[in-house]
Amino acid sequence: MFRYNTGCTHAGPTINMHALEVNNLKKTYANGVEALKGISLNIEEGDFFAFLGPNGAGKSTLIGIISSLVNSSSGEVKIFGTSVQKQRSVAMSYIGLVPQELNFNQFEKPLEIIVNQAGYYGIDRNTALQRAEKYLKQLQLWDKRDVVSRALSGGMKRRLMIARAMVNEPRLLILDEPTAGVDIEIRRTMWKFIREINESGTTVLLTTHYLEEAEELCRNIAIIDHGVIIKNTDMKTLLGSLDIETFVLDITEPLSVTPQIEGMEFHLRDQYTLEASLPKQKSLNTLFSSLDEAGIRVRSMRNKSNRLEELFLRMVDKGATQ
Amino acid sequence: MNAQVNWIGYKTIVRKEVMRILRIWAQTVVPPAITMTLYFIIFGNLIGRRIGDMGGFDYMQFIVPGLIMMSVITSSYGNMVSSFFGAKFGRHIEELLISPLPNWVILAGYVTGALARGMMVGSVVMVISLFFARVEVQHPFIMVSVLLLTSIVFAMAGMVNAIFANKFDDIAIVPTFILTPLTYLGGVFYSISLLPEFWQKVSAFNPILYMVNGFRYGILGVSDVPIGWAYAIIIFFGVVLASLCLYLLHRGIGMRA
Repeated sequence: MFRYNTGCTHAGPTINMHALEVNNLKKTYANGVEALKGISLNIEEGDFFAFLGPNGAGKSTLIGIISSLVNSSSGEVKIFGTSVQKQRSVAMSYIGLVPQELNFNQFEKPLEIIVNQAGYYGIDRNTALQRAEKYLKQLQLWDKRDVVSRALSGGMKRRLMIARAMVNEPRLLILDEPTAGVDIEIRRTMWKFIREINESGTTVLLTTHYLEEAEELCRNIAIIDHGVIIKNTDMKTLLGSLDIETFVLDITEPLSVTPQIEGMEFHLRDQYTLEASLPKQKSLNTLFSSLDEAGIRVRSMRNKSNRLEELFLRMVDKGATQ
Repeated sequence: MNAQVNWIGYKTIVRKEVMRILRIWAQTVVPPAITMTLYFIIFGNLIGRRIGDMGGFDYMQFIVPGLIMMSVITSSYGNMVSSFFGAKFGRHIEELLISPLPNWVILAGYVTGALARGMMVGSVVMVISLFFARVEVQHPFIMVSVLLLTSIVFAMAGMVNAIFANKFDDIAIVPTFILTPLTYLGGVFYSISLLPEFWQKVSAFNPILYMVNGFRYGILGVSDVPIGWAYAIIIFFGVVLASLCLYLLHRGIGMRA
């Protein structure tokens, strides 16, 4: 006999169980588009997992299948050991979903939206009201609880969807680009909240286009491209595999010719901006002493992109050219 | 525990639906009240006086059951189709689709919401009718049961329409081109005994005829069709539509990719 998770207790199987198991999952849409070509993936309980890929790679299809909004063509998804395809109701009681698109009734008020969502998970009204207050306060929306939600700002609407996803206190929280279009200050507030949720034991699956976000928050990562997982590893190993790093140097004197230094690559963006790519085994001291010898003085320096972004672009570009 | 989850989920959907009906009362309850008042004044009072008796009752009394039934049918259907399609269009149906609630609870919740609107509107029209005609209910159980069952049948028909609809035009086609003509030809304003034999036979294929007459039998004690047939037809359509709704929800037609 399976029991639903209403967040009061984490009922159901828990020992040696993956939070998410995806086995040879395929999805071909009615128009013939093959969105997933047999992917497999495991996420451990308590993990903070990043799922990245370019637009149209299959991320949202996978999330749709996990949350039962998309029917798979073949393969299986298990949430805490319960098959989404075979025991949908039980599997759904374990998850909370923050979708990419706004999907709440914009004529309803935030408090109503959250309390109703709790009701769909069998949570009684008093508990639902307490939880709604807790999450709306944590996400700084409590003073907007009785405002018609279409009047909320973009960032508030995104936070409302997070509060709604948390009301059943899910064991697996799925965030599909939760910070899209949100300013940096609110984004960092949301990061803090999600990190605390994860620290309290909730497994988090995150897709995002902000690679800085994935690098900052996630411990493990999978990259999907053209419906195939091209990388599935932990963040440290992945970042450690970056063999070349590119820096942008602001220089004091104008340059007209690109410098040639052995073991490094340079690209002159404009006469005051130089890009330097150097292998991981070369230290920055070598770069600076070589530039010094060439008579080039550096005023300031920054990474061209964050490390994960650099790796991601290389992998995806490689996939596109194959 | 699952039964408790389903019960709370069901109550939540019903509550949400009823709140919606009350929030937009000017669109949900007032228009049928005005329309039916006009019907009573124009058809019942002005024209009805020249018609005289029908089925042994004065014309105003005769049309009371039909007008109540007509408003219940259109309100139940309209509530379901607009609410469910609105949820689909605004994507907040996903709140329910990703929840643990089984499809039959979702169906039951929405049907109860449509039933609530049907009964609200039916009660208002009944009260209005009391200003125009003397109404003595002959068979209260039959009156109530036929009304409830008919409301449920049309709520489920509304869900089928909403599931297949892709745009707002699609939810107007069925009420305009199918529901309204069948209701007008379903004996709301006349007894089919007035029709030539051929058209009486054609009318026998109109399911709304059985619903209107079943309800008229409950109120006035007269009917153009046997009351047993009325129940059989209503229950038959109820079972078929319930099965169809559950099948469509299970397959996720129009909702799950």
